[in-house]
Amino acid sequence: MANDDIWILGINMTKFGKHPTLDVVDLAADAALAALADGGVTIQDMGVLAAGNLMGAAAGLGQQLQKQIGQTGIPVYNVANACATGATALRTVIMAVKSGECDMGLAVGVEKLSGAGMLGAGFGAAKSEEWTRSGRHGTVSGFEGKLGTDMMPGVFAQVGMEYLHAHPYDGAEFELFARISQKNHFNSTMNPLAAITKDMSVEQIMNEPMIAYPNTRAMCSANSDGAAAAVVVSGAKLRTLSTEQQRRAVKVSASVLTSDPYQEACQILPDVNTLTRRAAIQAYEAAGIGPDDLDLVELHDCFATAELVHYDNLMLCPEGDAVAWFEAGNAHRDGSTPVNVSGGLESKGHPIAATGIANIWEICHHLRGEAGARQIPDAKVGLAHVIGLGSACGVHIMERSGL
Amino acid sequence: MSDPIPMVDYLVLGSDPHLVANECGSCGARFFDRRNACASCGAVGSFAQVDIPTTGEVRAFTIVKSWTGGDDYVPAVVDCGGTSVRGQIVNTPPDPEHVSLGMKVRLTTYSIGADSTGTEAITYGFEPV
Ligand SMILES: [Zn+2]
Repeated sequence: MANDDIWILGINMTKFGKHPTLDVVDLAADAALAALADGGVTIQDMGVLAAGNLMGAAAGLGQQLQKQIGQTGIPVYNVANACATGATALRTVIMAVKSGECDMGLAVGVEKLSGAGMLGAGFGAAKSEEWTRSGRHGTVSGFEGKLGTDMMPGVFAQVGMEYLHAHPYDGAEFELFARISQKNHFNSTMNPLAAITKDMSVEQIMNEPMIAYPNTRAMCSANSDGAAAAVVVSGAKLRTLSTEQQRRAVKVSASVLTSDPYQEACQILPDVNTLTRRAAIQAYEAAGIGPDDLDLVELHDCFATAELVHYDNLMLCPEGDAVAWFEAGNAHRDGSTPVNVSGGLESKGHPIAATGIANIWEICHHLRGEAGARQIPDAKVGLAHVIGLGSACGVHIMERSGL
Repeated sequence: MSDPIPMVDYLVLGSDPHLVANECGSCGARFFDRRNACASCGAVGSFAQVDIPTTGEVRAFTIVKSWTGGDDYVPAVVDCGGTSVRGQIVNTPPDPEHVSLGMKVRLTTYSIGADSTGTEAITYGFEPV
């Protein structure tokens, strides 16, 4: 392990789902303390803390967490970057360790969302007495239902449909997306930390209540509570730790964050494609690893319609070939590049700020050979991807230690 | 009763309803809202107003199930001669049998209601050609 390598020393996620008796700080503390214990270190060893809780971004989760697990006076970065908040917290710690300011740090993401309903709705204020223009579009009313939708299920439905327009598909589009969802729901049955662990047939998924065609409820990410945390260590420091710590450590071969570059249509439909492709290219180059080398991928399936486009954006398939690639079984857990063996956001759950660390936990779990019933045999390399609308994209490539 | 008011600044009413955009004089990027500088090339203060074609092709759509008891609605991305426009597909049933990718559509306008002074607010949508 080279001195300037970056490693995950300890990592943890709580069960995703409903935690009515725990507040966000409790959940964050559970994940943080478990990640420290997993790495065989304590809060006293940490040189930096980055923390995210999107719905409570103004409250300063990091310092609140310190009051519960140790006020050591280290620098705290409270981050908010939509659904990429967790990945941004992790990357902040990685940058701090990489810069040499410290040799170990802690990243935490947490959210309480169960019962939150659909996110992104913009119905606008109740009709005023007189029509009044406001905002940069000079609008007299909320856009929702009058000029399209800003609710996530409909936004991401259009993302998936746009792909099928650009790369025409002869089959039944609704059923195609339901089959992607079926794969993830099946995978969730092997993940005890998933919010929903119910195997569902394609027919069952299609017969669930429609939210935004072609996404039914089963094809939407499950709002849930949860937290995840990771301890990052430099290669130089890791060499001073025990053989067991070195064996279980997971190498971060690439850590990339991008935002959405200008595209013609991005003002009316967020472009989740270009920034993902750019992040993937940078990550493969940094890691010296190609898509064919990946043993598993956790990608941001906030909706079934989103998963399809990211097969292409992450270059798992030839350009324009995502449907055929999926239909050949490549993304299934026994396929060439298993995708979302955790069950994905559609069944594991999507506590926003926790998601970008929880997907890394899943990869680490397999690379360490500790994934139990859902272990991908002999996994050596994995990729975790997350998208926050607005937009931000995080891609991390991890490799097992090989010790 | 006063003249109707457009739901957004970029909708021009009258005998020939159409959309307008702010076009960057430097790179040609088009924006429906006010921008301080160009998001595409960074040029400052060089926007000019241009008309957007009123016919186009559906590049993406969804059908949002109303959960407030109203009608389902069909948000779409419409390619109007190379400029992407957001709007709803209207004047056709909101189901996948009547809306499809690549469908040809044209701009239409309709009222979303009147305020206390009787002024109607007018929005736009796209109907099948
Ligand atoms: Zn420009």
